[in-house]
Formats: sequence, C-alpha cells, structure tokens
Amino acid sequence: MSAAEMIGIFIETLIVVSILMLHVSYVVYFERKVIGHMQCRMGPMRVGWHGLLQPIADAIKLFFKEDIIPSQADKPIFYVAPLIGVLAALGSVAVIPMWEGFSIANLNIGILYILALSSVGSYAVILGGWASNSKYSFLGGLRSAAQVISYEIAMGLSLVGVMLMSGSANLSDIVHAQAGHWFIFTQPVAFFVFVIAIFAETNRVPFDMPEAETELVAGYATEYSGIRFGLFFMAEYAGMFVMSAFAVTCFLGGWSGPAFLPGFVWFILKVYAFIFLYFWIRATLPRYRYDQLMGLGWKLFIPLALANVVFTALMKIL
Amino acid sequence: MENDKTVTDSQLNGTARIATKEMTLNMGPQHPATHGVLRLVLDLDGETITKCTPYVGYLHRGVEKLAENRNYLQILPLTDRLDYISSMSNNLGYCYAVENLFGIKVPERTEYIRTIVGEMSRIANHLLWLATHALDIGAMTVFLYCFREREMILDLFERLCGARLTVTYPRIGGLKNDVDEQWLKDLKVFIDDFPGKVKQYETLINKNRIWLRRTKGIGVISAEEAINWGMSGPVLRGSGVPYDVRKVMSYGVYDKVDWKICTGKNGDVYDRYRVRMDEFHQSVSIIKQCIDQIPEGPIMADAPKFTLPSKDKVLTDMEHLIHHFVLITKGPQTAPEGELYFATEVPKGELGFYFVSDGSGKPYRMRVRSPSFVHVSALPKLCEGELVADIIANIGSIDIVLGECDR
Repeated sequence: MSAAEMIGIFIETLIVVSILMLHVSYVVYFERKVIGHMQCRMGPMRVGWHGLLQPIADAIKLFFKEDIIPSQADKPIFYVAPLIGVLAALGSVAVIPMWEGFSIANLNIGILYILALSSVGSYAVILGGWASNSKYSFLGGLRSAAQVISYEIAMGLSLVGVMLMSGSANLSDIVHAQAGHWFIFTQPVAFFVFVIAIFAETNRVPFDMPEAETELVAGYATEYSGIRFGLFFMAEYAGMFVMSAFAVTCFLGGWSGPAFLPGFVWFILKVYAFIFLYFWIRATLPRYRYDQLMGLGWKLFIPLALANVVFTALMKIL
Repeated sequence: MENDKTVTDSQLNGTARIATKEMTLNMGPQHPATHGVLRLVLDLDGETITKCTPYVGYLHRGVEKLAENRNYLQILPLTDRLDYISSMSNNLGYCYAVENLFGIKVPERTEYIRTIVGEMSRIANHLLWLATHALDIGAMTVFLYCFREREMILDLFERLCGARLTVTYPRIGGLKNDVDEQWLKDLKVFIDDFPGKVKQYETLINKNRIWLRRTKGIGVISAEEAINWGMSGPVLRGSGVPYDVRKVMSYGVYDKVDWKICTGKNGDVYDRYRVRMDEFHQSVSIIKQCIDQIPEGPIMADAPKFTLPSKDKVLTDMEHLIHHFVLITKGPQTAPEGELYFATEVPKGELGFYFVSDGSGKPYRMRVRSPSFVHVSALPKLCEGELVADIIANIGSIDIVLGECDR
C-alpha cells in the first residue's frame, strides 16, 4: 500500500467519522423530538429554531463539566472503558457499504468483524461497571454480561441464514445478493431474531437493563460524569447507527432502491427508518427483567434461529 | 460493607471452590424510584433479595406534635402535607374526623361537593400512581399521558380554591368556596371524556406481554396475610378482600350513589394495578351521579362555635365578630372532651385520625394512621426472594408517599 493510498483512506475515515459524530449528536435531537411528539410534548424548543442547536449546547456542556473520578475507582480501567465503547462502535463503520462500491474497508468477513466489535463494545459496559467500584454500576455491568451471553448467539445464528443465502460474509456481496429480493422477505424469522438481538446489543428499551435508571440509578454509567459519560452516550448512539446500518445491509437491501434517488440516500433513509423504530419502541414498551431476557434468548431465539439455519440450509440444498 | 456470611459451593457438592458473598445494597434515600425518601437496605444474592429492611423517617416533620400546639382550625393546612399527591382527601379525612368530634352536621350540598372533590382527588392520585408505576417498569409514555389528564383535574382544583397541589379546600363544617354551574359543566366534560383516556393507557400496558411478565405473580400477598399486615385500600382489595371504608363506615354521600368495590384475586402487582384501573371507572360513575343529584343550599354548617363566619357578617354583626375573634385566636372553646377515631378511604388506603380532646381549642393528642406507613412495613414480605427489578414494581404497586408515611 502506497503512502498516497494510506492518506486517501485516512481522509475517507476522517470524513466518515466526522459525519457520524454529527449524526450522533443530531440523532439525540431526533430522538427527543420524535418521543416528545409521541408523548404530547414538544421536545427541545429553546436553543435555536425548534431547538436545533440543542445538541451543540449539550456537547459543550458535557465537554466543560468536571470530570469526577471516584477515589475508590480502578482508575486505568475507568479511563479506558468509555473509549473502548466508542472505538468499537466507530470501528464497525469501516466495513459498512454506504453506496455501490464504497466502504472504507471492503473486508470479506464483514459480518464477523461487526459481530466481534459489537462484543468488544459490551466490554466497555462491563469494565466501566466494574471499575467504578459502585454497587449500582457493578450490577449494571453484571447485567450487561448476562445480556451478552443471551442474545449474541441468537444474533450470530440469525446471520448464518443471511450468509447461506448470499454465499458470502462480505457486506457488499450480501447487498448484491439481495437484488430483487431483500432478505427481510426470504428470511423473516432471521430478521425478527436479529432485530430483537440488536435492541439488546445496543442496550435500548425494552432491554436497557444495564442502564435501567429506575432500578440501578444509571447502571454502569452511575459514576461517570462529563465527557466520559458523553463518550458512553456517543457509543450508544453510534452503536445504534451501526446496528441499524448492519440490519439495512443484511436484510433491507443496503443502498439499493428505485433509481430516482442515489444509493446513498436510500441507505440513509433506510437507516433512519430503522432508528425511528428504535425510538418508537422506546416510547411504547416497558422494560424486561434481565432473567426474562436470558430466558427469551436461550429458550426462544436460539432455537428459532437454529431452526431457521437448518431450514435455510435444506432449502439451499434442494 | 459486605456481609460476613459466606457460602461456599464446595459445601454443596464438594468439588467447586468458588466462594460467593452476599452484597448489601443501600437503596435510597436518594433513588429515582423509591417515590421520595424511602431507604431500603437490601441484602442481595446476585440480584435476588434475601433480606429487605425499609428505613423511614427522612421526611419526618413532626405533624402530630405540631398539631398539639395548634388549634383545630390551624391544623388543616398541615394535613395537606401528609399525602401531598391527594391533599384534598387528607383535608376531607381531617374535617370529617373533627366534625365528628364536635358533633357538627354539614349541609347536604357540602356532602355532595366533598364527595365529588374526594373522587377527583382519587382519580388524580391514581393517575400519578399509574404514571410513576409505569415509568418505574419502563413504560415512559404512560407517564406523560397520565400527567396530561392529571393537569386537567389540578386546573379544576385551581379554579375551585386557587391552589393546585396543597388545596386546603374543605373547612371544618363546610367548604371554602361553593362550586358554580360552569365548574360543574367543565367537570362533566372531563368526566365524560376520561374513560376513553383510561382505555388509552390500557392499550399501552394492559395486555403488553412485558408488562404482564413484570407484574403477574410478583409481590404476591394472600388475603389473610394482607389483613394481618394491616393493609387497606387498593392493596388489600387487590388480594380479594372487599373492604372499603366508603362502604363499611360510609361518610359523605357514598351511601346515596351506586358504586361497587373493585377487587382482585391473586394479590400480585398486576391485580393491584387492575383494582386501581377499575376504580377510575367507579370514581367517574360516583362523580357523574353526584353532579346529577347535587342539591342547592348552604355550604357551611350552622355551628357558629366551630366554623368561621363569613366576612360580611364579621364586618356588620357583633356576635359574629366575637366568634371570629375567639376562633382565630384560641380555637373552638367548646370542644367535647374524649377520644375519637375516624377513618376515611383516601386513594392509598384507610387514613384514620385519632384525637384525644381535653376540651380546649387544641387537640391533646392527634395521631394519624397512614396507609403508606403500614404498606412500607409490609415491603419485605412482598419482595424478599424476588429480584431487584421486582422491588421497583412492588414499591410502585403499594403506592406510598413518604410525606404521609413519615408525617
């Protein structure tokens, strides 16, 4: 790889990450507006026109807040935990094909790469909860660990169906394989399991047990303040973007769509529709108990996903 | 911090050597879901609660002691601060108790208005309960829907007496203001509209699988145990005991309107939720009947030794001026000596006032039997053996307010 190529990739990464960061702050605004209107409220209205500058005000506030570190905390891990979350989420963006022929790294094991990084992301929560040396954080971290082992297997298995259908683990190839028939129609069971798993993956309602503000105050993030808390926040929303993009790529035909709009616009529209689903669910559902999620994962989703794999494989052979 | 009680798995099967330890978690007094300043010390085995110890008293303001140094008229605003969510019901409970002590009979119109505002207060209280209970379990939207309707009741209260939360609307022997036709009309509009709103909340959670799994079979208490723990109100009725002070020892006009006691069967969080949801409809029905039947007439009892005269009479009439002066400076001077316990059904359960009167203008002793205090004491019974997440559901389902619990 020449120096010019390296610089090219570096610039590409820089652009994508900055756009993603801006997206992360505005998706919070989007969420507050959407949920606000669902709940007969207005959402943010004061900072800028209809609150449009609210995310910037929030970001400035978080940056300048005092960075409090509990005296009993395990400091190195406490420092590193939020970074792990952000890096894992941002790293996943690299393999997502945003339009025909564009992804920062066109890996041939894109699916595995994202699954691996999403597991690394949950270390942020577990380590953050552990390092804070607070009991609420500790319980939040443990819940996250319990959560990981219950949904990740089902999530991986649901994607096996997709890989069988497309014959590849490369995300661009998967999009190409969906020409004419999105996998949401040919793999509905896998899609169902996958969507529920990514809700658990991103710690969103109804699976926000590690955070569960009415039970564990703020769960793993209880002791975090200022920009470190902000990093967890960023990781969560970047994670939502990544997982939505992942779902769009694997099941909703990625960038494909009628030709009157460019591929990138279709991609973004689908991702935002998916993120809207996140908000919609958040405004509707109560929270699961963590043992119930484990039951759900092991007793329902893993058998379902396994059956789907067997069925898909049989169909493929026949 | 940690308990010394150590259990080793090796004692169980002789091979594994992993030692486990119980964790003590101090939940509260500052916690998002303990509904005020309740402090719970939980012994946790994993997330399973092995022991739960409630500590109360963080909101103790000495209401009972304060009452001994104030005359009967001055105590009324203190009762607002007991259960500030349904201050109207607390005021009513106090007024009924004092009127019974003094032997005052309030006019019929007043009885109707009191029943109406009492039931409005019940609706407002149950709305706030549903809002916070659902929010605790994670259903955020129910919270704001409920506040939307609660706001309307508070607006009606504001038009009635100028205050929204701590109303001090009833007076000993009557009411502060009379209601007007327009107010009753607006109330009717709200009441006609309200059952549809209840349906709206129910669509969000009533048959929601997550809600059912979080509430069914959680915090079970049998009818017998509930009685033994001294529970009352919706918590007791949720266990299937048809006990309601409004029926058993009727006051107001509850015996003149047609309504029924709502009960559950299993005594779990879900049944307590259902009881309160059904009570919305009963309250609506009671208010409707009261609006139809309400008679014309005075709103203050004719008892010049105990009730404040109207201002224009004070300014023109010597007798009334003297009564006014004595009542304000010394309190009622002809209170009978003796003891009295009078209970009313407030939204949270049975609120009782117990007076020892020595014949002076001040009670020698005032004791408040508050449902929240009794229910908090039963919390360990409800949640031991369950998970941390369930304790939140349990606290929500017994509907406590710490102002009333600690007094």
